[in-house]
Amino acid sequence: MARLSEENVRLAKEIIGRYPRARSATIPLLHLAQEQDGHVTNEAMAHIGELVGATSAEVYGTASFYEMFKFEPVGKYLINICGTMSCALMGAEELMHHAEHRLGVKLGGTTDDGMFTLERAECQAACTEAPCLQVNYRYRFRVTDADFDSLVDDLKAGRLNDEIPAHGTVARVRQHIPVDRGVGAVPPEDVTEAPTWMDGKAAL
Amino acid sequence: MNTPNSTNTYPHAPGFVAGERPRIVTSRFEHADSYTLERYLATDGYAGLRAALGRPANEVHDEVKNATVLGRGGAGFPAGTKWGLTPQGVFPRYLVVNGDESEPGTYKDRLLMERDPHQLIEGCLIACYAAGLSQCFLYIRGEMALAQERVATALNEAYAAGYVGKNILGSKFSLDIVLHWGAGAYVVGEETALIESLEGNRGMPRLKPPYFPAAIGLYGQPTIVNNVETLANLPWLMRNGAEAYTAIGTKTSPGTRMVAVSGHVKRPGVYEIINGVTTFRDLIYNEEYCGGIRNGNKLMAFVPGGGSAPWFTEDQLDVPFEGPQAGAAGSMLGSGAVMVMDETTDIPAAALTLTRFYAHESCGKCTPCREGGTWLERILSRIVDGKGTDADLAQLVEVGTSICPGDFPHASSKRLGLDAVPFPYKMNTICFVGPSAYAPINSALVLFPEEFAARVTKRTMIPVTAVGAAS
Repeated sequence: MARLSEENVRLAKEIIGRYPRARSATIPLLHLAQEQDGHVTNEAMAHIGELVGATSAEVYGTASFYEMFKFEPVGKYLINICGTMSCALMGAEELMHHAEHRLGVKLGGTTDDGMFTLERAECQAACTEAPCLQVNYRYRFRVTDADFDSLVDDLKAGRLNDEIPAHGTVARVRQHIPVDRGVGAVPPEDVTEAPTWMDGKAAL
Repeated sequence: MNTPNSTNTYPHAPGFVAGERPRIVTSRFEHADSYTLERYLATDGYAGLRAALGRPANEVHDEVKNATVLGRGGAGFPAGTKWGLTPQGVFPRYLVVNGDESEPGTYKDRLLMERDPHQLIEGCLIACYAAGLSQCFLYIRGEMALAQERVATALNEAYAAGYVGKNILGSKFSLDIVLHWGAGAYVVGEETALIESLEGNRGMPRLKPPYFPAAIGLYGQPTIVNNVETLANLPWLMRNGAEAYTAIGTKTSPGTRMVAVSGHVKRPGVYEIINGVTTFRDLIYNEEYCGGIRNGNKLMAFVPGGGSAPWFTEDQLDVPFEGPQAGAAGSMLGSGAVMVMDETTDIPAAALTLTRFYAHESCGKCTPCREGGTWLERILSRIVDGKGTDADLAQLVEVGTSICPGDFPHASSKRLGLDAVPFPYKMNTICFVGPSAYAPINSALVLFPEEFAARVTKRTMIPVTAVGAAS
């Protein structure tokens, strides 16, 4: 599948509807495409362009700026080992060497079986739990070589399937605004007045 | 008072360490289910919103102004004042919540989003009510899967229960909060880049002026960009008032702030400390906090405010968490991230981990940063690998000066007989990413010149000879 599926188009339209301008939905829709196919395909970017009112080049222009979007298939599990200061001070380089050894790939490589891609991430906001890594954006803290080995074994054996979805899916919970509760997005040019609660009186 | 028993860690909140101190934003962290609406409502949840809606919006705004709630994202600009920068009579105005936390060493927003998403939502509601903002976009860093899930769940709960959406709590206040998420780009933490990203573009900072998106922001409209922790302060503030808020901390830096201390300390952790009062010495050495340097080692240097901040050494340990004092000492408090290096640290290599970060994260818009960052990284790599020459050291300074003209801020050093150069720097770039690539190098070079001198080889000049002369 390359263009967005029927269900994803429905989700895409719901997401677009939350923004005063459709193009604001570009990044969320790119995530949707990556969730569907594991990476972002040219056809999906063209489709997103149709949905948000942009050319496929403009969508690619946006997508290519952001680290998380992949335009070629990557492993089922993307392992990001943090390499910034706090993790480096606590042995991230050594962990990376071990990981390269264990997986038999170099930094940036994917294993032959398509299971693992190994990357170096920049600061992942878990600096006190160094060295840390993320597998498909799920954390592992204070990782030792032995921890890394058992993580790889567990992933291979499918023991973490409930916790860690395949690459492409980030959050598994979506926001849903009920029709009767949502205010609705209004294009900025259609609003000229102050919101009603700004009249100098209490709202309640 | 400062006994090891006074601190607690919770298995459900890895990294966070509680203590016997006032807790404004982390009060619910002790509960394993702190992220649920049920727990939130059982612990004063949405009482601050109710208090706010019972008063006219301008009064709520004044309360926040009077409390001097300093921005917790890096610049430390007071939130109430920032809200007041929106031009009169121009609508709609938007709130963009900066949850794109990615400054090296920093994490507190992630914990606040994961552990107490309703507190953040309540803070957004109070801000929008007070400043007349008609829609809120909550931008969460792309890599933070759990934070996105927790905030999405909390928003779904809050909509269903009538705390967000149309006629909130039956009042005339209506607001949508839209969960938005990024896709991996540090520079998007800069507020105009955040807005570009939210408009569906490459996340590159906008030209300045205007200096604040409060004038021209999202879709060209007045836009307030506030940090997650800043907004998380508002529910407590509305429940307890500005007087109670300013009773904690100092007059210029009231309240508390979250600080992550990482690196070579005995107990790295995220602590909620007293603003303006707690010093770096307290934080690094007290049993209540980190309990000193690991293995009884000596402190070599520490980064006081995230990777962009010039480094401090033991000479600055008594500086408190007070912006102007940290600035006079040659650095900044930034995003509340302290990274500690002990005597075993390879200083040039440590600086390289930060410079590599900023070189990698340059968006490419400004030449001094795009080219300079990469030059700095390559030259420093060469030095770290033992292949640098003394000419490389001079080149580092030359490239650094092309990003930041004039004297770059640094700390004083008793050991070297150096005076401090106060913060901030001048810069030839639109945003702080370029200067940040040079900050660790300048700190390391100025405070530890011997570490570099030992690393480089003297370059011997080879005289130019006529072709064919050497035979």
